[in-house]
Amino acid sequence: MLRMIAWRLPQIVATLVILSLAAWLAIGAMPGDPISLAMMADPRLGPADIERMRALHGLDQPLIARWWAWASGVLHGEFGYSRLFARPAAEVLWPALRGSLALLGAALAIAATLGIAAGMLAALRPRWRAPVDAVALVSQALPSFWLGILLIILFAVTLGWLPAGGTPDSGSAVEAARFLILPVATLAIAHLAAYARHTAAAMAEVLRAPWITAARARGAPESRIAFRHALPNAAVPLLSILALDAGALVSGALITETVFARPGMGKLLTDAVMGNDHNLALLALLLVAGTTLLATLAADLAQRALDPRLGRDG
Amino acid sequence: MTRLRLGLAILILLAAAAVAAPWVAAWLGVDPEVPDLLTRQSGPSAAHPLGTDELGRDILARLLFGARVSLAVGLAAALASTTIGLAAGLLAAWLGGWVDAVLMRLADGLLALPALPLLVLLAAMDPATIGLPRGGALADVLRIVLILAIFGWVGVARLSRAAAISVLARDHVRAARALGVGEARLLRRHVAPALAAPLTVAGSLAVAGAILAESTLSFLGLGIQPPASSWGNMLANAQDLVFSAPMAALWPGLAIAAAVAGAMLVADGLRREDALR
Repeated sequence: MLRMIAWRLPQIVATLVILSLAAWLAIGAMPGDPISLAMMADPRLGPADIERMRALHGLDQPLIARWWAWASGVLHGEFGYSRLFARPAAEVLWPALRGSLALLGAALAIAATLGIAAGMLAALRPRWRAPVDAVALVSQALPSFWLGILLIILFAVTLGWLPAGGTPDSGSAVEAARFLILPVATLAIAHLAAYARHTAAAMAEVLRAPWITAARARGAPESRIAFRHALPNAAVPLLSILALDAGALVSGALITETVFARPGMGKLLTDAVMGNDHNLALLALLLVAGTTLLATLAADLAQRALDPRLGRDG
Repeated sequence: MTRLRLGLAILILLAAAAVAAPWVAAWLGVDPEVPDLLTRQSGPSAAHPLGTDELGRDILARLLFGARVSLAVGLAAALASTTIGLAAGLLAAWLGGWVDAVLMRLADGLLALPALPLLVLLAAMDPATIGLPRGGALADVLRIVLILAIFGWVGVARLSRAAAISVLARDHVRAARALGVGEARLLRRHVAPALAAPLTVAGSLAVAGAILAESTLSFLGLGIQPPASSWGNMLANAQDLVFSAPMAALWPGLAIAAAVAGAMLVADGLRREDALR
Protein backbone atom coordinates (compact mmCIF):
# COMPACT_ATOMS: atom_id res chain seq x y z
CA MET A 1 0.00 0.00 0.00
CA LEU A 2 2.80 2.41 0.91
CA ARG A 3 4.61 1.47 -2.27
CA MET A 4 1.54 2.36 -4.28
CA ILE A 5 1.23 5.76 -2.58
CA ALA A 6 4.93 6.42 -3.18
CA TRP A 7 4.47 5.51 -6.87
CA ARG A 8 1.25 7.41 -7.51
CA LEU A 9 1.83 10.65 -5.55
CA PRO A 10 4.71 11.87 -7.76
CA GLN A 11 2.56 11.07 -10.82
CA ILE A 12 -0.25 13.18 -9.40
CA VAL A 13 2.12 16.08 -8.74
CA ALA A 14 3.55 15.80 -12.26
CA THR A 15 0.05 15.73 -13.79
CA LEU A 16 -0.90 18.85 -11.81
CA VAL A 17 2.24 20.73 -12.88
CA ILE A 18 1.70 19.93 -16.57
CA LEU A 19 -2.00 20.72 -16.21
CA SER A 20 -1.26 24.12 -14.67
CA LEU A 21 1.16 24.97 -17.49
CA ALA A 22 -1.34 23.86 -20.16
CA ALA A 23 -4.16 25.84 -18.54
CA TRP A 24 -1.93 28.91 -18.13
CA LEU A 25 -0.98 28.86 -21.81
CA ALA A 26 -4.59 28.23 -22.91
CA ILE A 27 -5.92 31.16 -20.89
CA GLY A 28 -3.05 33.30 -22.14
CA ALA A 29 -3.96 32.45 -25.74
CA MET A 30 -7.34 34.13 -25.32
CA PRO A 31 -7.49 37.71 -26.55
CA GLY A 32 -7.39 40.61 -24.09
CA ASP A 33 -5.33 41.36 -20.98
CA PRO A 34 -5.82 43.85 -18.11
CA ILE A 35 -4.03 46.57 -20.09
CA SER A 36 -6.45 46.30 -23.00
CA LEU A 37 -9.27 46.74 -20.49
CA ALA A 38 -7.56 49.84 -19.12
CA MET A 39 -7.13 51.13 -22.68
CA MET A 40 -10.84 50.71 -23.38
CA ALA A 41 -11.66 52.59 -20.21
CA ASP A 42 -9.31 55.54 -20.85
CA PRO A 43 -8.88 56.92 -24.40
CA ARG A 44 -5.95 59.17 -23.37
CA LEU A 45 -3.52 56.26 -22.83
CA GLY A 46 -0.77 56.41 -25.47
CA PRO A 47 1.62 53.70 -26.67
CA ALA A 48 4.30 54.85 -24.18
CA ASP A 49 1.93 54.54 -21.20
CA ILE A 50 0.90 51.11 -22.36
CA GLU A 51 4.51 49.95 -22.62
CA ARG A 52 5.17 51.24 -19.10
CA MET A 53 2.04 49.59 -17.66
CA ARG A 54 2.85 46.29 -19.33
CA ALA A 55 6.31 46.33 -17.77
CA LEU A 56 4.86 47.35 -14.40
CA HIS A 57 2.51 44.36 -14.36
CA GLY A 58 5.12 42.01 -15.83
CA LEU A 59 2.97 41.52 -18.93
CA ASP A 60 5.95 42.22 -21.22
CA GLN A 61 7.38 38.89 -20.08
CA PRO A 62 6.66 35.78 -22.16
CA LEU A 63 3.77 33.60 -20.91
CA ILE A 64 6.08 30.83 -19.81
CA ALA A 65 8.13 33.20 -17.61
CA ARG A 66 4.91 34.46 -16.01
CA TRP A 67 3.85 30.87 -15.34
CA TRP A 68 7.24 30.24 -13.72
CA ALA A 69 6.82 33.28 -11.48
CA TRP A 70 3.34 32.11 -10.53
CA ALA A 71 4.52 28.55 -9.82
CA SER A 72 7.35 29.67 -7.55
CA GLY A 73 4.86 31.88 -5.71
CA VAL A 74 2.54 28.89 -5.22
CA LEU A 75 5.42 26.89 -3.74
CA HIS A 76 5.72 29.63 -1.11
CA GLY A 77 1.99 29.53 -0.43
CA GLU A 78 1.33 32.71 -2.48
CA PHE A 79 -1.62 32.23 -4.82
CA GLY A 80 -1.66 35.81 -6.04
CA TYR A 81 -4.46 38.28 -6.55
CA SER A 82 -7.65 37.72 -8.52
CA ARG A 83 -7.84 40.24 -11.32
CA LEU A 84 -11.64 40.21 -11.56
CA PHE A 85 -12.26 40.77 -7.86
CA ALA A 86 -9.09 42.69 -6.94
CA ARG A 87 -8.70 40.53 -3.84
CA PRO A 88 -6.41 37.60 -2.96
CA ALA A 89 -7.49 34.62 -5.08
CA ALA A 90 -7.79 32.30 -2.06
CA GLU A 91 -10.09 34.80 -0.35
CA VAL A 92 -12.38 34.93 -3.40
CA LEU A 93 -12.42 31.18 -3.69
CA TRP A 94 -13.52 30.42 -0.14
CA PRO A 95 -17.19 31.55 -0.18
CA ALA A 96 -17.79 29.89 -3.56
CA LEU A 97 -16.25 26.66 -2.29
CA ARG A 98 -18.45 26.75 0.80
CA GLY A 99 -21.57 27.24 -1.33
CA SER A 100 -20.66 24.34 -3.60
CA LEU A 101 -19.80 22.02 -0.72
CA ALA A 102 -23.21 22.61 0.88
CA LEU A 103 -25.13 22.17 -2.38
CA LEU A 104 -23.18 19.23 -3.80
CA GLY A 105 -22.63 17.58 -0.42
CA ALA A 106 -26.36 17.38 0.29
CA ALA A 107 -27.22 16.38 -3.29
CA LEU A 108 -24.57 13.67 -3.57
CA ALA A 109 -25.37 12.23 -0.13
CA ILE A 110 -29.04 11.93 -1.13
CA ALA A 111 -28.18 10.59 -4.59
CA ALA A 112 -25.80 7.95 -3.21
CA THR A 113 -28.18 6.80 -0.46
CA LEU A 114 -31.28 6.60 -2.67
CA GLY A 115 -29.34 5.28 -5.66
CA ILE A 116 -27.66 2.47 -3.72
CA ALA A 117 -30.95 1.56 -2.03
CA ALA A 118 -32.74 1.49 -5.40
CA GLY A 119 -29.95 -0.57 -6.95
CA MET A 120 -30.08 -3.12 -4.10
CA LEU A 121 -33.84 -3.31 -4.43
CA ALA A 122 -33.55 -4.00 -8.15
CA ALA A 123 -30.95 -6.73 -7.61
CA LEU A 124 -32.70 -8.43 -4.66
CA ARG A 125 -36.33 -8.14 -5.77
CA PRO A 126 -36.71 -8.99 -9.47
CA ARG A 127 -40.13 -7.36 -9.64
CA TRP A 128 -38.54 -4.00 -8.84
CA ARG A 129 -36.00 -4.25 -11.61
CA ALA A 130 -38.03 -2.76 -14.44
CA PRO A 131 -39.30 0.26 -12.43
CA VAL A 132 -35.81 1.07 -11.09
CA ASP A 133 -34.36 0.75 -14.61
CA ALA A 134 -37.03 3.09 -15.94
CA VAL A 135 -36.43 5.70 -13.22
CA ALA A 136 -32.67 5.55 -13.78
CA LEU A 137 -33.14 5.98 -17.54
CA VAL A 138 -35.41 8.99 -17.13
CA SER A 139 -33.19 10.64 -14.53
CA GLN A 140 -30.16 10.27 -16.80
CA ALA A 141 -31.97 11.53 -19.89
CA LEU A 142 -33.42 14.71 -18.37
CA PRO A 143 -31.24 17.73 -19.07
CA SER A 144 -30.56 19.24 -15.65
CA PHE A 145 -31.30 22.82 -16.72
CA TRP A 146 -34.72 21.73 -17.98
CA LEU A 147 -35.45 19.75 -14.81
CA GLY A 148 -34.48 22.81 -12.76
CA ILE A 149 -36.85 25.04 -14.76
CA LEU A 150 -39.68 22.51 -14.43
CA LEU A 151 -39.17 22.35 -10.65
CA ILE A 152 -39.22 26.16 -10.50
CA ILE A 153 -42.44 26.28 -12.54
CA LEU A 154 -44.10 23.68 -10.32
CA PHE A 155 -42.92 24.53 -6.81
CA ALA A 156 -42.10 28.23 -7.03
CA VAL A 157 -44.46 29.64 -9.67
CA THR A 158 -47.57 27.43 -9.51
CA LEU A 159 -47.57 26.26 -5.90
CA GLY A 160 -45.50 29.08 -4.40
CA TRP A 161 -44.04 26.79 -1.74
CA LEU A 162 -40.35 27.39 -2.33
CA PRO A 163 -38.15 30.27 -3.54
CA ALA A 164 -37.28 30.16 -7.26
CA GLY A 165 -33.59 30.79 -6.62
CA GLY A 166 -30.98 33.00 -5.01
CA THR A 167 -29.75 32.91 -1.44
CA PRO A 168 -31.55 33.89 1.78
CA ASP A 169 -31.12 37.36 3.31
CA SER A 170 -31.35 36.18 6.89
CA GLY A 171 -28.90 33.71 8.37
CA SER A 172 -31.46 31.28 9.76
CA ALA A 173 -30.84 27.61 8.99
CA VAL A 174 -34.46 26.95 8.04
CA GLU A 175 -34.39 29.73 5.42
CA ALA A 176 -31.10 28.41 4.05
CA ALA A 177 -32.59 24.93 3.79
CA ARG A 178 -35.68 26.23 1.95
CA PHE A 179 -33.43 27.82 -0.68
CA LEU A 180 -31.44 24.58 -1.00
CA ILE A 181 -34.35 22.17 -1.60
CA LEU A 182 -34.94 22.75 -5.34
CA PRO A 183 -31.28 22.89 -6.48
CA VAL A 184 -30.40 19.89 -4.30
CA ALA A 185 -33.34 17.94 -5.79
CA THR A 186 -32.25 18.86 -9.34
CA LEU A 187 -28.69 17.63 -8.75
CA ALA A 188 -29.69 14.56 -6.73
CA ILE A 189 -32.03 13.33 -9.47
CA ALA A 190 -29.29 13.76 -12.07
CA HIS A 191 -26.67 11.86 -10.02
CA LEU A 192 -28.96 9.13 -8.68
CA ALA A 193 -29.04 7.08 -11.87
CA ALA A 194 -25.33 6.21 -11.93
CA TYR A 195 -25.44 4.86 -8.36
CA ALA A 196 -28.62 2.86 -8.99
CA ARG A 197 -27.33 1.31 -12.23
CA HIS A 198 -23.89 0.41 -10.92
CA THR A 199 -25.20 -0.96 -7.60
CA ALA A 200 -27.79 -3.10 -9.40
CA ALA A 201 -25.18 -4.49 -11.79
CA ALA A 202 -22.56 -5.13 -9.08
CA MET A 203 -25.07 -6.71 -6.68
CA ALA A 204 -26.51 -8.97 -9.37
CA GLU A 205 -22.99 -10.11 -10.20
CA VAL A 206 -22.07 -10.77 -6.55
CA LEU A 207 -25.33 -12.61 -5.81
CA ARG A 208 -24.42 -15.21 -8.43
CA ALA A 209 -21.19 -16.07 -6.57
CA PRO A 210 -20.91 -19.57 -5.09
CA TRP A 211 -20.22 -18.28 -1.58
CA ILE A 212 -23.63 -16.57 -1.55
CA THR A 213 -25.24 -19.93 -2.33
CA ALA A 214 -23.10 -21.42 0.43
CA ALA A 215 -24.28 -18.76 2.90
CA ARG A 216 -27.91 -19.47 1.91
CA ALA A 217 -27.31 -23.21 2.36
CA ARG A 218 -25.97 -22.56 5.86
CA GLY A 219 -29.28 -20.87 6.60
CA ALA A 220 -28.07 -17.26 6.82
CA PRO A 221 -31.06 -14.88 6.73
CA GLU A 222 -31.58 -12.94 3.46
CA SER A 223 -31.02 -9.56 5.14
CA ARG A 224 -27.62 -10.70 6.44
CA ILE A 225 -26.70 -12.04 3.01
CA ALA A 226 -27.68 -8.72 1.41
CA PHE A 227 -25.92 -6.36 3.82
CA ARG A 228 -23.03 -8.39 5.24
CA HIS A 229 -22.07 -10.62 2.31
CA ALA A 230 -23.18 -8.93 -0.92
CA LEU A 231 -23.04 -5.16 -0.31
CA PRO A 232 -19.37 -4.88 0.79
CA ASN A 233 -18.31 -6.85 -2.29
CA ALA A 234 -20.57 -4.87 -4.59
CA ALA A 235 -19.12 -1.65 -3.14
CA VAL A 236 -15.74 -2.19 -4.84
CA PRO A 237 -16.73 -0.75 -8.26
CA LEU A 238 -18.94 1.90 -6.60
CA LEU A 239 -15.89 3.52 -5.01
CA SER A 240 -14.68 4.71 -8.44
CA ILE A 241 -17.90 6.68 -8.99
CA LEU A 242 -17.67 8.12 -5.49
CA ALA A 243 -14.13 9.30 -6.29
CA LEU A 244 -15.23 11.08 -9.48
CA ASP A 245 -18.12 12.68 -7.58
CA ALA A 246 -15.65 13.96 -4.98
CA GLY A 247 -14.26 16.08 -7.80
CA ALA A 248 -17.78 17.31 -8.60
CA LEU A 249 -18.15 18.27 -4.94
CA VAL A 250 -15.38 20.83 -5.41
CA SER A 251 -15.97 21.81 -9.04
CA GLY A 252 -19.55 22.77 -8.29
CA ALA A 253 -22.44 22.56 -10.71
CA LEU A 254 -22.37 25.35 -13.28
CA ILE A 255 -25.87 24.69 -14.66
CA THR A 256 -27.65 24.30 -11.34
CA GLU A 257 -25.84 27.32 -9.90
CA THR A 258 -26.81 29.37 -12.99
CA VAL A 259 -30.47 28.30 -13.07
CA PHE A 260 -30.94 28.89 -9.33
CA ALA A 261 -28.67 31.95 -9.14
CA ARG A 262 -26.46 30.56 -6.37
CA PRO A 263 -22.81 31.44 -5.84
CA GLY A 264 -20.54 28.43 -6.33
CA MET A 265 -17.40 26.98 -7.84
CA GLY A 266 -18.95 26.18 -11.22
CA LYS A 267 -19.83 29.82 -11.81
CA LEU A 268 -16.56 31.09 -10.31
CA LEU A 269 -14.45 28.76 -12.42
CA THR A 270 -16.26 29.77 -15.60
CA ASP A 271 -16.08 33.49 -14.81
CA ALA A 272 -12.38 33.24 -13.94
CA VAL A 273 -11.49 31.36 -17.12
CA MET A 274 -13.61 33.63 -19.33
CA GLY A 275 -12.34 36.76 -17.57
CA ASN A 276 -8.69 35.93 -18.22
CA ASP A 277 -8.16 35.80 -14.43
CA HIS A 278 -5.09 33.52 -14.37
CA ASN A 279 -4.52 33.35 -10.63
CA LEU A 280 -8.12 32.59 -9.70
CA ALA A 281 -8.70 30.15 -12.56
CA LEU A 282 -5.51 28.21 -11.85
CA LEU A 283 -6.20 27.99 -8.12
CA ALA A 284 -9.72 26.69 -8.75
CA LEU A 285 -8.61 24.27 -11.49
CA LEU A 286 -5.79 22.87 -9.37
CA LEU A 287 -8.12 22.43 -6.42
CA VAL A 288 -10.61 20.49 -8.54
CA ALA A 289 -8.05 18.38 -10.41
CA GLY A 290 -6.04 17.72 -7.23
CA THR A 291 -9.15 16.62 -5.34
CA THR A 292 -10.23 14.31 -8.16
CA LEU A 293 -6.79 12.72 -8.54
CA LEU A 294 -6.36 12.24 -4.77
CA ALA A 295 -9.88 10.85 -4.44
CA THR A 296 -9.16 8.39 -7.27
CA LEU A 297 -6.01 7.30 -5.42
CA ALA A 298 -7.99 6.93 -2.18
CA ALA A 299 -10.63 4.87 -4.03
CA ASP A 300 -7.94 2.60 -5.48
CA LEU A 301 -6.47 2.10 -2.00
CA ALA A 302 -9.89 1.39 -0.49
CA GLN A 303 -10.68 -1.04 -3.31
CA ARG A 304 -7.46 -2.91 -2.57
CA ALA A 305 -8.35 -3.02 1.12
CA LEU A 306 -11.82 -4.42 0.30
CA ASP A 307 -10.53 -6.85 -2.31
CA PRO A 308 -6.93 -7.93 -1.58
CA ARG A 309 -6.74 -9.80 -4.91
CA LEU A 310 -6.43 -6.45 -6.73
CA GLY A 311 -3.18 -5.69 -4.93
CA ARG A 312 -1.17 -8.65 -6.11
CA ASP A 313 0.17 -7.23 -9.33
CA GLY A 314 0.97 -3.76 -8.29
CA MET B 1 -34.17 -6.85 -27.59
CA THR B 2 -37.20 -4.76 -26.69
CA ARG B 3 -34.89 -2.03 -25.40
CA LEU B 4 -32.93 -1.97 -28.62
CA ARG B 5 -36.14 -1.81 -30.69
CA LEU B 6 -37.71 0.87 -28.50
CA GLY B 7 -34.55 2.99 -28.61
CA LEU B 8 -34.16 2.61 -32.37
CA ALA B 9 -37.86 3.42 -32.85
CA ILE B 10 -37.49 6.67 -30.91
CA LEU B 11 -34.36 7.69 -32.83
CA ILE B 12 -35.86 6.80 -36.24
CA LEU B 13 -38.99 8.79 -35.38
CA LEU B 14 -36.88 11.83 -34.45
CA ALA B 15 -34.76 11.41 -37.59
CA ALA B 16 -37.93 11.27 -39.69
CA ALA B 17 -39.14 14.46 -37.99
CA ALA B 18 -35.80 16.11 -38.79
CA VAL B 19 -36.02 15.09 -42.45
CA ALA B 20 -39.64 16.25 -42.72
CA ALA B 21 -38.95 19.67 -41.13
CA PRO B 22 -38.99 21.83 -44.32
CA TRP B 23 -42.14 20.12 -45.66
CA VAL B 24 -44.03 20.58 -42.41
CA ALA B 25 -42.96 24.24 -42.28
CA ALA B 26 -44.04 24.73 -45.91
CA TRP B 27 -47.35 22.98 -45.29
CA LEU B 28 -48.06 25.18 -42.26
CA GLY B 29 -46.86 28.18 -44.24
CA VAL B 30 -44.41 29.30 -41.50
CA ASP B 31 -40.72 30.19 -41.46
CA PRO B 32 -39.05 29.00 -38.21
CA GLU B 33 -36.55 31.89 -38.27
CA VAL B 34 -38.79 34.86 -39.03
CA PRO B 35 -40.28 36.63 -36.00
CA ASP B 36 -43.86 37.89 -36.03
CA LEU B 37 -44.40 39.97 -32.93
CA LEU B 38 -48.16 40.27 -33.45
CA THR B 39 -48.68 36.54 -32.86
CA ARG B 40 -46.14 36.08 -30.05
CA GLN B 41 -46.77 33.57 -27.28
CA SER B 42 -50.03 32.34 -28.78
CA GLY B 43 -51.47 29.04 -27.64
CA PRO B 44 -51.97 26.00 -29.87
CA SER B 45 -54.11 26.73 -32.95
CA ALA B 46 -54.65 25.39 -36.47
CA ALA B 47 -51.95 27.70 -37.86
CA HIS B 48 -49.48 26.94 -35.04
CA PRO B 49 -50.16 23.42 -33.62
CA LEU B 50 -47.84 23.96 -30.63
CA GLY B 51 -48.26 27.72 -30.41
CA THR B 52 -45.59 30.39 -30.91
CA ASP B 53 -42.60 31.56 -28.86
CA GLU B 54 -41.88 35.01 -27.42
CA LEU B 55 -40.94 36.33 -30.88
CA GLY B 56 -43.97 34.83 -32.59
CA ARG B 57 -42.06 32.01 -34.28
CA ASP B 58 -43.82 28.68 -34.77
CA ILE B 59 -42.71 26.28 -31.99
CA LEU B 60 -43.41 23.09 -33.97
CA ALA B 61 -41.30 24.24 -36.93
CA ARG B 62 -38.45 25.32 -34.63
CA LEU B 63 -38.66 21.98 -32.81
CA LEU B 64 -38.41 20.03 -36.09
CA PHE B 65 -35.52 22.12 -37.42
CA GLY B 66 -33.89 21.80 -33.99
CA ALA B 67 -34.02 18.01 -34.38
CA ARG B 68 -31.69 18.34 -37.40
CA VAL B 69 -29.09 20.20 -35.33
CA SER B 70 -29.33 17.98 -32.24
CA LEU B 71 -29.17 14.69 -34.14
CA ALA B 72 -26.41 15.90 -36.46
CA VAL B 73 -24.29 17.10 -33.53
CA GLY B 74 -24.98 13.91 -31.58
CA LEU B 75 -24.03 11.55 -34.41
CA ALA B 76 -21.05 13.55 -35.67
CA ALA B 77 -19.58 14.14 -32.21
CA ALA B 78 -20.01 10.47 -31.29
CA LEU B 79 -18.36 9.41 -34.55
CA ALA B 80 -15.44 11.80 -34.00
CA SER B 81 -14.96 10.78 -30.33
CA THR B 82 -15.13 7.08 -31.17
CA THR B 83 -12.67 7.39 -34.06
CA ILE B 84 -10.10 9.39 -32.06
CA GLY B 85 -10.60 7.21 -28.98
CA LEU B 86 -10.21 3.99 -30.98
CA ALA B 87 -7.03 5.25 -32.63
CA ALA B 88 -5.53 6.40 -29.31
CA GLY B 89 -6.55 3.21 -27.49
CA LEU B 90 -5.20 0.91 -30.19
CA LEU B 91 -1.98 2.88 -30.41
CA ALA B 92 -1.51 2.70 -26.62
CA ALA B 93 -2.24 -1.03 -26.46
CA TRP B 94 -0.26 -1.96 -29.55
CA LEU B 95 2.86 0.16 -29.07
CA GLY B 96 2.89 0.18 -25.25
CA GLY B 97 5.86 1.82 -23.52
CA TRP B 98 6.02 5.58 -23.42
CA VAL B 99 3.30 6.10 -26.05
CA ASP B 100 0.93 4.21 -23.77
CA ALA B 101 2.09 6.13 -20.68
CA VAL B 102 1.74 9.57 -22.31
CA LEU B 103 -1.70 8.84 -23.82
CA MET B 104 -3.09 7.39 -20.60
CA ARG B 105 -1.75 10.21 -18.37
CA LEU B 106 -3.31 12.66 -20.86
CA ALA B 107 -6.59 10.77 -20.47
CA ASP B 108 -6.33 10.83 -16.64
CA GLY B 109 -5.64 14.56 -16.70
CA LEU B 110 -8.66 15.25 -18.92
CA LEU B 111 -10.87 13.10 -16.66
CA ALA B 112 -9.67 14.99 -13.58
CA LEU B 113 -10.64 18.34 -15.09
CA PRO B 114 -14.06 19.87 -14.53
CA ALA B 115 -15.58 19.18 -17.96
CA LEU B 116 -18.38 21.72 -18.13
CA PRO B 117 -16.44 24.93 -17.31
CA LEU B 118 -13.80 23.91 -19.86
CA LEU B 119 -16.43 23.13 -22.49
CA VAL B 120 -17.77 26.61 -21.85
CA LEU B 121 -14.27 28.09 -22.26
CA LEU B 122 -13.68 26.26 -25.54
CA ALA B 123 -17.14 27.20 -26.81
CA ALA B 124 -16.50 30.86 -26.03
CA MET B 125 -13.25 30.97 -27.99
CA ASP B 126 -13.23 32.69 -31.37
CA PRO B 127 -13.39 29.85 -33.91
CA ALA B 128 -11.32 31.88 -36.39
CA THR B 129 -8.19 31.59 -34.22
CA ILE B 130 -8.01 27.86 -34.92
CA GLY B 131 -8.91 28.26 -38.58
CA LEU B 132 -12.60 27.39 -38.41
CA PRO B 133 -15.23 29.38 -40.29
CA ARG B 134 -17.17 31.92 -38.27
CA GLY B 135 -20.94 32.39 -38.23
CA GLY B 136 -23.74 30.29 -39.69
CA ALA B 137 -25.43 27.19 -38.34
CA LEU B 138 -23.10 24.76 -40.10
CA ALA B 139 -20.03 26.47 -38.63
CA ASP B 140 -21.63 26.28 -35.17
CA VAL B 141 -22.30 22.56 -35.58
CA LEU B 142 -18.71 21.94 -36.69
CA ARG B 143 -17.34 23.93 -33.74
CA ILE B 144 -19.50 22.08 -31.16
CA VAL B 145 -18.59 18.69 -32.63
CA LEU B 146 -14.90 19.53 -32.40
CA ILE B 147 -15.19 20.74 -28.79
CA LEU B 148 -17.16 17.67 -27.69
CA ALA B 149 -14.63 15.35 -29.34
CA ILE B 150 -11.76 16.92 -27.35
CA PHE B 151 -13.28 15.51 -24.16
CA GLY B 152 -15.26 12.62 -25.66
CA TRP B 153 -12.40 10.43 -26.87
CA VAL B 154 -11.09 9.62 -23.36
CA GLY B 155 -13.66 6.99 -22.38
CA VAL B 156 -13.47 5.22 -25.73
CA ALA B 157 -9.66 5.24 -25.61
CA ARG B 158 -9.53 3.53 -22.21
CA LEU B 159 -12.13 1.01 -23.26
CA SER B 160 -10.47 0.05 -26.55
CA ARG B 161 -7.03 -0.02 -24.93
CA ALA B 162 -8.23 -2.47 -22.26
CA ALA B 163 -10.01 -4.67 -24.83
CA ALA B 164 -7.05 -4.64 -27.24
CA ILE B 165 -4.53 -5.46 -24.50
CA SER B 166 -6.59 -8.42 -23.33
CA VAL B 167 -6.88 -9.75 -26.89
CA LEU B 168 -3.21 -9.26 -27.72
CA ALA B 169 -2.24 -11.17 -24.57
CA ARG B 170 -4.30 -14.25 -25.46
CA ASP B 171 -2.43 -17.41 -26.40
CA HIS B 172 -3.86 -17.85 -29.89
CA VAL B 173 -2.91 -14.27 -30.80
CA ARG B 174 0.60 -14.68 -29.44
CA ALA B 175 0.83 -17.95 -31.35
CA ALA B 176 -0.30 -16.20 -34.53
CA ARG B 177 2.33 -13.52 -33.99
CA ALA B 178 5.01 -16.14 -33.36
CA LEU B 179 4.01 -17.80 -36.64
CA GLY B 180 4.83 -14.56 -38.44
CA VAL B 181 1.35 -13.19 -39.05
CA GLY B 182 1.67 -9.49 -39.97
CA GLU B 183 0.61 -6.81 -37.51
CA ALA B 184 -2.05 -5.39 -39.83
CA ARG B 185 -3.64 -8.80 -40.28
CA LEU B 186 -3.42 -9.39 -36.52
CA LEU B 187 -5.32 -6.18 -35.83
CA ARG B 188 -7.91 -6.96 -38.49
CA ARG B 189 -8.51 -10.64 -37.69
CA HIS B 190 -8.28 -10.68 -33.90
CA VAL B 191 -8.43 -7.22 -32.36
CA ALA B 192 -11.15 -5.65 -34.54
CA PRO B 193 -13.84 -8.31 -33.87
CA ALA B 194 -13.22 -8.12 -30.11
CA LEU B 195 -13.59 -4.33 -30.19
CA ALA B 196 -16.75 -4.16 -32.30
CA ALA B 197 -19.28 -4.87 -29.53
CA PRO B 198 -17.93 -2.55 -26.78
CA LEU B 199 -17.35 0.20 -29.37
CA THR B 200 -20.94 0.20 -30.64
CA VAL B 201 -22.17 0.42 -27.03
CA ALA B 202 -19.74 3.25 -26.24
CA GLY B 203 -20.67 4.95 -29.51
CA SER B 204 -24.38 5.04 -28.76
CA LEU B 205 -23.69 6.28 -25.22
CA ALA B 206 -21.54 9.00 -26.80
CA VAL B 207 -24.50 10.06 -28.98
CA ALA B 208 -26.60 10.51 -25.83
CA GLY B 209 -23.84 12.47 -24.09
CA ALA B 210 -23.24 14.71 -27.11
CA ILE B 211 -26.93 15.59 -27.53
CA LEU B 212 -27.10 16.50 -23.83
CA ALA B 213 -23.87 18.54 -23.99
CA GLU B 214 -24.95 20.44 -27.12
CA SER B 215 -28.27 21.34 -25.53
CA THR B 216 -26.47 22.55 -22.40
CA LEU B 217 -24.06 24.76 -24.37
CA SER B 218 -26.88 26.15 -26.50
CA PHE B 219 -28.94 26.80 -23.36
CA LEU B 220 -26.02 28.84 -22.01
CA GLY B 221 -25.93 30.77 -25.30
CA LEU B 222 -22.59 29.31 -26.44
CA GLY B 223 -23.78 26.61 -28.82
CA ILE B 224 -25.99 27.02 -31.87
CA GLN B 225 -26.70 30.73 -32.33
CA PRO B 226 -30.17 32.07 -33.09
CA PRO B 227 -32.01 32.57 -35.43
CA ALA B 228 -31.11 28.94 -36.23
CA SER B 229 -32.96 26.77 -33.75
CA SER B 230 -31.69 23.97 -31.53
CA TRP B 231 -33.50 22.33 -28.64
CA GLY B 232 -31.04 23.90 -26.24
CA ASN B 233 -31.33 27.48 -27.48
CA MET B 234 -35.13 27.21 -27.58
CA LEU B 235 -34.85 26.85 -23.79
CA ALA B 236 -32.41 29.73 -23.37
CA ASN B 237 -35.22 32.19 -22.67
CA ALA B 238 -37.48 29.69 -20.95
CA GLN B 239 -36.28 30.70 -17.52
CA ASP B 240 -37.16 34.36 -18.00
CA LEU B 241 -40.59 33.33 -19.22
CA VAL B 242 -41.57 30.91 -16.44
CA PHE B 243 -44.22 33.32 -15.21
CA SER B 244 -45.75 34.35 -18.54
CA ALA B 245 -45.30 31.27 -20.72
CA PRO B 246 -44.48 28.16 -18.68
CA MET B 247 -45.63 25.86 -21.48
CA ALA B 248 -42.88 27.08 -23.83
CA ALA B 249 -40.34 25.13 -21.77
CA LEU B 250 -42.16 21.84 -22.24
CA TRP B 251 -41.54 20.66 -25.82
CA PRO B 252 -37.80 21.25 -26.35
CA GLY B 253 -37.00 19.59 -22.99
CA LEU B 254 -39.17 16.59 -23.84
CA ALA B 255 -37.45 16.30 -27.22
CA ILE B 256 -33.97 16.32 -25.62
CA ALA B 257 -35.01 13.75 -23.01
CA ALA B 258 -36.54 11.50 -25.71
CA ALA B 259 -33.44 11.64 -27.93
CA VAL B 260 -31.06 10.97 -25.02
CA ALA B 261 -33.22 8.16 -23.66
CA GLY B 262 -33.46 6.64 -27.15
CA ALA B 263 -29.69 6.57 -27.59
CA MET B 264 -29.21 5.15 -24.07
CA LEU B 265 -31.81 2.42 -24.70
CA VAL B 266 -29.92 1.45 -27.85
CA ALA B 267 -26.67 1.26 -25.84
CA ASP B 268 -28.36 -0.82 -23.13
CA GLY B 269 -29.97 -3.13 -25.66
CA LEU B 270 -26.69 -3.67 -27.52
CA ARG B 271 -24.91 -4.44 -24.23
CA ARG B 272 -27.50 -7.05 -23.31
CA GLU B 273 -27.39 -8.64 -26.77
CA ASP B 274 -23.63 -8.90 -26.43
CA ALA B 275 -23.88 -10.39 -22.92
CA LEU B 276 -26.34 -13.03 -24.21
CA ARG B 277 -23.96 -14.00 -26.97
